[in-house]
Amino acid sequence: MSDQVSTLPVEQLDSVVIRFAGDSGDGMQLTGDRFASASAMFGNDLATLPNFPAEIRAPQGTLPGVSAFQIQISDWDISTPGDAPDVLVAMNPAALKSNLGDVVSGGAVLINTDTFTDRNLEKAGYAASPLTDGTLDGFRTFKIPMTQLTKDATAPLGVKPRDAERSKNFFALGVVSWMYSRPVEPTEEWVKAKFAGKELVIDANLAAFRAGYAFGETAELFDHVYEVRPASLPPGQYRNVTGNTALALGLLAASYRAKLPLLLATYPITPASDILHELSKDKRFGVRTVQAEDEIAAAGIALGAAFGGHLGVTTTSGPGVALKSETISLALSLELPMVIVDVQRGGPSTGLPTKTEQSDLFLALYGRHGEAPLPVVAAYSATQCFDAAIEACRIALKYRTPVILLSDGYLANGSEPWLIPDVEKLPDISVSFATEPNGTDDDGEPVFLPFLRDPETLARPWAVPGTKGLAHRVGGLEKADKTGNVSYDPLNHELMTELRAAKVAGIGSDIAPVSVDGPAEAKTLAIGWGSTWGAVKEACRRMNLAGRPIAHAHLTHLSPFADNLGEVLARYDTVIVPELNLGQLAHVLRGEFLVDAKSVTKVQGLPFTAGELVQRFTEIMEEA
Amino acid sequence: MDQTVALTRKDFQSDQEVRWCPGCGDYSILAAVQFLLPELGVDPDETVFISGIGCAARFPYYMNTYGMHSIHGRAPAIATGVAVARPDLDVWVVSGDGDALSIGGNHLIHALRRNVNLTILLFNNQIYGLTKGQYSPTSEVGKVTKSTPFGSIDQPFNPVSLALGAEATFVARTHDMDRKHMMEMFKRANEHRGASLVEVYQNCNVFNDGAFTPITGKDNRDNMLINLVHGEPIIFGADGQLCVVLNEFGEASVATTSEVDAGAILVHDESRPDPSVAFSLSRMSSGPSSPTPMGVFRSVSRPDYGSQVDQQILDAQSKGAADVNALLRNAATWTVEAS
Repeated sequence: MSDQVSTLPVEQLDSVVIRFAGDSGDGMQLTGDRFASASAMFGNDLATLPNFPAEIRAPQGTLPGVSAFQIQISDWDISTPGDAPDVLVAMNPAALKSNLGDVVSGGAVLINTDTFTDRNLEKAGYAASPLTDGTLDGFRTFKIPMTQLTKDATAPLGVKPRDAERSKNFFALGVVSWMYSRPVEPTEEWVKAKFAGKELVIDANLAAFRAGYAFGETAELFDHVYEVRPASLPPGQYRNVTGNTALALGLLAASYRAKLPLLLATYPITPASDILHELSKDKRFGVRTVQAEDEIAAAGIALGAAFGGHLGVTTTSGPGVALKSETISLALSLELPMVIVDVQRGGPSTGLPTKTEQSDLFLALYGRHGEAPLPVVAAYSATQCFDAAIEACRIALKYRTPVILLSDGYLANGSEPWLIPDVEKLPDISVSFATEPNGTDDDGEPVFLPFLRDPETLARPWAVPGTKGLAHRVGGLEKADKTGNVSYDPLNHELMTELRAAKVAGIGSDIAPVSVDGPAEAKTLAIGWGSTWGAVKEACRRMNLAGRPIAHAHLTHLSPFADNLGEVLARYDTVIVPELNLGQLAHVLRGEFLVDAKSVTKVQGLPFTAGELVQRFTEIMEEA
Repeated sequence: MDQTVALTRKDFQSDQEVRWCPGCGDYSILAAVQFLLPELGVDPDETVFISGIGCAARFPYYMNTYGMHSIHGRAPAIATGVAVARPDLDVWVVSGDGDALSIGGNHLIHALRRNVNLTILLFNNQIYGLTKGQYSPTSEVGKVTKSTPFGSIDQPFNPVSLALGAEATFVARTHDMDRKHMMEMFKRANEHRGASLVEVYQNCNVFNDGAFTPITGKDNRDNMLINLVHGEPIIFGADGQLCVVLNEFGEASVATTSEVDAGAILVHDESRPDPSVAFSLSRMSSGPSSPTPMGVFRSVSRPDYGSQVDQQILDAQSKGAADVNALLRNAATWTVEAS
């Protein structure tokens, strides 16, 4: 089938944004994911934005039950899933209603007309059918009875109509694959592998997919097809990867490069659970995964593993960080390495569990009792989650401190092509355990001083149980400098508090300095952190192309900041801080650097689009 | 440590001054452990004591082993991390009734059901000592304390019943007035592979003095402590005049030995796969006011958690080499050629 050549004219596009939308039981995430994989295999650059409800099966046909998957494919190096869909696939009235408003003027809308029954129209809140009342004026509309065509295609296989209906997403995928000249082999192979042993399911899905593809070719609805050529990306071997998978692999690579076994203790929570799922498969690497009884236990188990000399990690989302807070403070007080991954979601409380937000920055920076500074690292793209995980582990191990790694729902579930690194070329982040006494007691006998610090890093020695002659006790009570014995001495407490803070502050010179992209004449700096990177980068690109100079810096370390940050900020007349919260980083920058940072914020559970950033940056620059 | 030289109690004492109240039952428990460990021939460098918060939780500071004084209630979780990461270590948990059964109840029951290889000592003094005298989850109903001036209305936990209900594979009870019995129970618990829980009736002479005297006092012991011995009929009393029988429902009760058939006296079997009889024994006393079983209620064998984690790793490793580069590429990949 792949060698079928369309007889229709081919229009070249440099990029296209497609959104698949349907009921949460319609398989839209799978459809989008398959389209992404086929596009990746074809060599496009791409970025995806899954957007689904918290309910596994919200009431069928309703607006809250709509699940959508947006993807941008391109022939150049893109950084976002696109601002507005050029193409919308709407599998039911609710999907049309909740997504049509986002589609670009003149965009294509493919509709499964079989679902436009009176009952479904009513559930979606349509008084009259949008197919006929003018709602679709201004769009190129393709009305396709996808359910019936799927049933027709699968009936000869002996598939019952009810079961056939489940394959209609493959029909839709077939149509769109044809429209955009996608290769079909990756999808066909995937179907065969995924449903191995269920021959009828394989046959039904393949039949539906091929029927959709053939429908595009023969139905004479379309006057031409499109092609998005492969992107010119750096050479090497690629795969498509989500942020959660990249993060999990990063933890595993960190364990390998640290030469320490990885122990991940986690309690299931959206949107972080996939990290546990991935690592629980990787036991042959010596990875221990424990699904703990609760968030608190997960942190405790990770800390216990660290005490035992493992790379101890726990993964969670905001509510889980709140529960782990006491344990994080203990790790900080014991000065043991530990990594806490917060895949942020909309909060507070259960909030928007399947939607993205960056509102845990204050929680990460300050969410502990006592004077308790710790390093905070933030991932900025799905693929960069891999590097960020290694960086968090590096800092934790080298400085014997808990480190919070911030990701978010957008990075976690979004995917993009990844130039797969060679692990042997990643930095060596191994550390040495203490093996010998490091001091002498009053009688001149050798003793082990668990809180005698490295003069450069201020890290204390890590002596793991089982090491001969180094038996020692650590605890949450304040420890005397050097000996680690319980101490209530006022001056010692002040000294230890200052030493813990100085240790973390010192990391500022051991991380990458803040770098700035953009024209030298720019007087405005957009400074972001985390997952807004793609949208901010794209917004700045567009503004610079339009002759409105703006520079972009993106923070990978939120605590401590790289030593040069103050100097970078001082270079600009206007500093704009876009973030998916109500201005948390802006607040910190104002407090720390006395800079009049302007906030651009959004808390809709969705990432920024580049277009809205262009508009808001422009407004601020015009006011300045 | 050079194992050719026999260690003594002193080798397990840290240089830190013990700071419990004078007369506290914790001293005798600490001594029992410090006398026992050299007897067991363990290496202090391969021994770890983990505790939470409370009076009992200061225990690790006084042991010349590896140790961690951690967070209120969390010791079983942290110890689980140590035990799973390092199955080679001998990991002990020291806890109290508030720490283990109130704030940390969840971790305790899950450590027990997972059968993590831990020796858990639960110092039960039926009071909050470190916070100066509030009632605890094992305090009797009606107890008047600072926080219950009109008497506690909370139904207390029976720690042995709770542990049995949590699928524990080893459950025992002892008390701080009998070092020999404590050492025997601690030894049995430590030799058990998997999670073992020993409830220790412990006197808090400041906030709940004499709580256990009605059963552990020298004059009361003979008739109030029921010594459980595996394989032996359960007979107690100064002259063996009392015994334990089961009724038609399997409930245990005290009977007069001379009034029942010898065959009707319950023969203690700590290895029963079904915990029902052990549970019945645990229900014989709901507070230190009636004859109370002491000894091993249950000791059964089940694979411990850490060993199973390791086994899954070994099984996975036997199926192929662990190549991180291959794992990263374990997906649909494509190559972009240099142009």
